[in-house]
Amino acid sequence: MSDKRIVELERKIRELRTFSEDGIDLSAEIEKLEAKLQTLKEQLPPVPAPTTPDEWDQVKLARNPKRPYTLDFIRLMMDDFYELHGDQMYADDAAIVVGLALFEGETVVVVGHQKGRDVTENIRRNFGMAHPEGYRKALRALKLAERFGFPVISLIDTPAAYPGTGAEERNIGGAIAQNIYEMFKLRVPIVIAITGEGGSGGALGLGVGDRVLMLEHAIYSVIPPEGCAAILFRDASKAPEAARAMKVTAPTLLELKVIDEIIPEPGEGAHTDHETTAANLKEAIRRHLKALERIPLEKLLEQRAKKFQAMGVFEELEETHARE
Amino acid sequence: MAIFKRKYFKLSLDQPTGKDDETLWMKCKACGELVFKKRVRENNNICPKCGEYFFLTAPERIQMLVDPGTFEDISKPIGAADPLDFADQGGVPYLDKVKKAQEETGLSNEIIVGKASLNEVSVILAVMDFRFIGGSMGSVMGEQLCHAMRVAADERRPFILVSSTGGARMQEGILSLMQMAKTLSARQWLEAAGVPFISVMTYPTTGGVQASIANVGDITLAEKGALIGFAGRRVIQQTIKQTLPEDFQTDKFAYEHGFVDRVLKREGLRQELSRILRFFAGISRQRREPMALRILNSGRSHER
Repeated sequence: MSDKRIVELERKIRELRTFSEDGIDLSAEIEKLEAKLQTLKEQLPPVPAPTTPDEWDQVKLARNPKRPYTLDFIRLMMDDFYELHGDQMYADDAAIVVGLALFEGETVVVVGHQKGRDVTENIRRNFGMAHPEGYRKALRALKLAERFGFPVISLIDTPAAYPGTGAEERNIGGAIAQNIYEMFKLRVPIVIAITGEGGSGGALGLGVGDRVLMLEHAIYSVIPPEGCAAILFRDASKAPEAARAMKVTAPTLLELKVIDEIIPEPGEGAHTDHETTAANLKEAIRRHLKALERIPLEKLLEQRAKKFQAMGVFEELEETHARE
Repeated sequence: MAIFKRKYFKLSLDQPTGKDDETLWMKCKACGELVFKKRVRENNNICPKCGEYFFLTAPERIQMLVDPGTFEDISKPIGAADPLDFADQGGVPYLDKVKKAQEETGLSNEIIVGKASLNEVSVILAVMDFRFIGGSMGSVMGEQLCHAMRVAADERRPFILVSSTGGARMQEGILSLMQMAKTLSARQWLEAAGVPFISVMTYPTTGGVQASIANVGDITLAEKGALIGFAGRRVIQQTIKQTLPEDFQTDKFAYEHGFVDRVLKREGLRQELSRILRFFAGISRQRREPMALRILNSGRSHER
């Protein structure tokens, strides 16, 4: 948790550094800001040494109903957003929003899960738990991006894909698999940001890209903690233990190289200040898109595949012949 | 850190795997009849009395599918690691669970990948074993699958995957989720090389595997008695607070909803695969360029 002014200053410095990469000399300005940052830091009461945040506290923060949701981020980061509806096969799934947006004057395609703010909206949006048609609508938007060379920004915030009869009847697993596969082949840059809950396959169905960013208090897990608790601990109420065992928070994910960068949240968390959160995310997305644009397409796709190819931890063993 | 490096055993179909089985008879869980185990094994692990399908272990499955004496284990010598220090409720460390599964099955991993001939067509085969921690996909399975697809693409051999899995291996946390992406990224090699991929879903093919590699075959088959779906039955019932119909997520369900091309009896699977492979016999004579590149190039020549 850091002071809002510090977060703001750090963001400005990062911005200036990005400009510097383009050949503009801003070292004097950067130095000035850094000095200011230093003074500010010294004035503040000493911050206790960073402790590893408790996994369950993070889960609760990630699920805080006051956190900014996808449409909030879009409103705060984009100049215009033209939402597209429907998968043109079955239905329009309001648990996923997709559309064209203007980001820093450039057209991008945005896809993301959308939770509701109140009961009525949550029923309509199914608490951000998408059906196959949501993933197929997203795929439609991804293909649109590819046709016109628009970069893709994907914002992830879902408890899970919806575990229901309709979802199964229309092959939710197949829809997720198809999206993941197509995202590897998509011939435009993709930046992913996990903004709240990265719930399982439902998250990964929008989650393959060239860069994966994660908000400081977001979570990302193979199964929701309640599900893991029900299966491995035989008791859904043991979700806190399951969350701690699975390690679902950003620092672990960064260490495991599943994500590339942690986006700092202001104050007690994103829910306390939507504007600063969105500004921090916007700065990071802009910086990454800029870097990705310079990479030739074939290389970009190769790097994307290699990035995910490298994920996993196993031990190299000594080979022997068949068991005696 | 272990002082002695763990050893890796490759599978040989001539060697028995698993614990010695001393009982001669078993009781069928479906009809309740006592049946002679040898008869069951000779009958592809199908109850001779009522036709109920029992599990096939991966070695049994391979034996059933390939030409005798042609199987060669091509797996990488790797073993599970425990990056999260994971212990379940009983405090059992993850690697102890792996070790126990190895002892019980006689296998190194939950998946076997190899080269073999199937009715004289040489193929790459990947077969999961449900006995091994529910055939769940962690970093090892992900790596073995990618390796198998790499070899299939390089050597232009058809790739056959037989799934029998509960899904992702939760004990490896987020890394198990990422194996879905990892295996799907490798699936591109098959496409680029023009190598056919036949996916066979058996009891069960669920969770993270159903939502990834098992679902992107060129041709998808279900074995009779298969269970195919993403979310577990219990989870769905809890969510919708309704009892699900008997046939939910069954082979019939998957076929009627259009997930699979055909449902096959176990004894017919080998013949069916062989028949399908014949249609792809000419692929080595075809151009190797990926389709996307061809479309792009033809567009260019048109401009000129």
